[in-house]
Amino acid sequence: MRIHIDQSRCEGHGRCYTLAPDLIEADELGNGREIGDGSVPPGLETAARHAFDNCPEHAVVLDEDR
Amino acid sequence: MGHHPPVEDWATDFDHTDGVWAHDPFAIWDELRRTCPVAHSDRYGGVWLPTRHDDVAAIAYDTDNFTSRSIIVTEYRPPDLSPRGGVPPISSDPPFHQGARRVLLPPFAPQAIARLEPSTRAYCEELVDALRGRDIVDAAEEYAQHIPVRVIARMLGFPEEDAEVFRGFVDHVIEGVSLPIEQRVEGMGELFAYLRAQIDDHLENPRDDLTTYLLGAEMDGRPLEVGHVGGTIGLLLLAGIDTTWSAIGASLWHLAANPDDRVRLVAEPELLATAMEELLRAYAPVTMARLVKHDIDWNGCPMKADDWVLLPFPAANRDPEAFEKADQVVIDREVNRHSAFGLGIHRCVGSHLARMELRVALEVWLQAFPVFTLADPDAVAWAGGQVRGPRRLPVRIG
Ligand code: HEM
Ligand code: SF4
Repeated sequence: MRIHIDQSRCEGHGRCYTLAPDLIEADELGNGREIGDGSVPPGLETAARHAFDNCPEHAVVLDEDR
Repeated sequence: MGHHPPVEDWATDFDHTDGVWAHDPFAIWDELRRTCPVAHSDRYGGVWLPTRHDDVAAIAYDTDNFTSRSIIVTEYRPPDLSPRGGVPPISSDPPFHQGARRVLLPPFAPQAIARLEPSTRAYCEELVDALRGRDIVDAAEEYAQHIPVRVIARMLGFPEEDAEVFRGFVDHVIEGVSLPIEQRVEGMGELFAYLRAQIDDHLENPRDDLTTYLLGAEMDGRPLEVGHVGGTIGLLLLAGIDTTWSAIGASLWHLAANPDDRVRLVAEPELLATAMEELLRAYAPVTMARLVKHDIDWNGCPMKADDWVLLPFPAANRDPEAFEKADQVVIDREVNRHSAFGLGIHRCVGSHLARMELRVALEVWLQAFPVFTLADPDAVAWAGGQVRGPRRLPVRIG
């Protein structure tokens, strides 16, 4: 599984990095960005889905197959 | 409120300052969503009210057809101060908006806000300590109300003993929307005279605070004009106080009225972060507004230039098309794309601060008073209009 923040949609609500702090971090403006290449290590899939389910701007992109 | 006749038909003659809206807007929105999802009223010179999530979102995203020149519905249309507007960035449209917002993002980013948590907690503890030993206290007036005022005063580097003074200005501007224009202008004038004095003091004695930071900030390679800084600081006061007060108060009201949720939160403090988002969804305090830029047929609604459009994020948050069990408070809700802090480019700059204040305020309160109930449900008084929250909230703590 892979997680990615669509920067064209992100407005910095910060739900993603609160719910999945091991996968997403805040940049200096408060926008979300994936840590590293965004691949989700085993055990963090639920956190990744929580981030996806709570972004009001639909800016969290989840790729289940990679 | 004021001289407005009571509303008889919410689809054709609504008024968001009506007492019925303040008391229970949810029934109004649910009914409109089913029967007339974009309502219209001739009041305020013409105003529209979408109640579906997707319509509220579409208008929030549509900066081509809707302007943020003024975001509080009043009887008169504000002078055109574009591109900046009176209180940037909330009153600014693209492309000016982006730069005016950008200067605010670093001091309000989560990393910066985390540093304010210890002093916020200490202040909340001071407030609850003063209430201990009493039977009945007012959780809105004696607790919730003080927290955001003190926090923003400290951030801006304003004298903390002035807190009461500028809270008065804020009430006048936000809750006095039905006042005659002369009185409103007078109220704004007092606020800006106060801010001007603070700015002058900071120009003479720069210090490590948000006011000095803004006076040194640049936009497009030029320092912000003093008028811009004054408008932005005015906005931080106007946008940060009643809103956060309302969110803390509404959350405490819910917990006082729903012992199951209160008991569960006391037993499972780690649930608070999730529960808080649900309380923000269910009791979102803030409704914004836009002005229609030019005549347009919007999904069949004949909107005219300079008509108001209310953006009721609280109604969007209750739309069953967007949320399961939209009308119920589910404190462990896992899927929650609520828009209490807006949607799109004007997303609340203060949301990380507001969330920190709300979390700390609830933590400290629940630790001090794990058992509390509504002392007199009929005595609870809600402010309506564009910022909804309890202004009187007697609770029994003893
Ligand atoms: C629970 C408390 C709060 C709620 C529910 C809330 C809600 C909102 C909403 C819905 C907007 C969007 C405005 C629009 O679309 O026109 C907004 C904007 C804004 N809020 Fe908040 N707010 C809260 C607290 C705060 C605090 C504490 C501050 C700062 C001290 C703040 C500062 C701002 C600013 C500066 C904007 C304008 C952003 C822009 O136009 O780019 N808010 N807020
Ligand atoms: S929750 Fe969505 S909008 Fe907010 S920071 Fe994360 S990606 Fe951006």
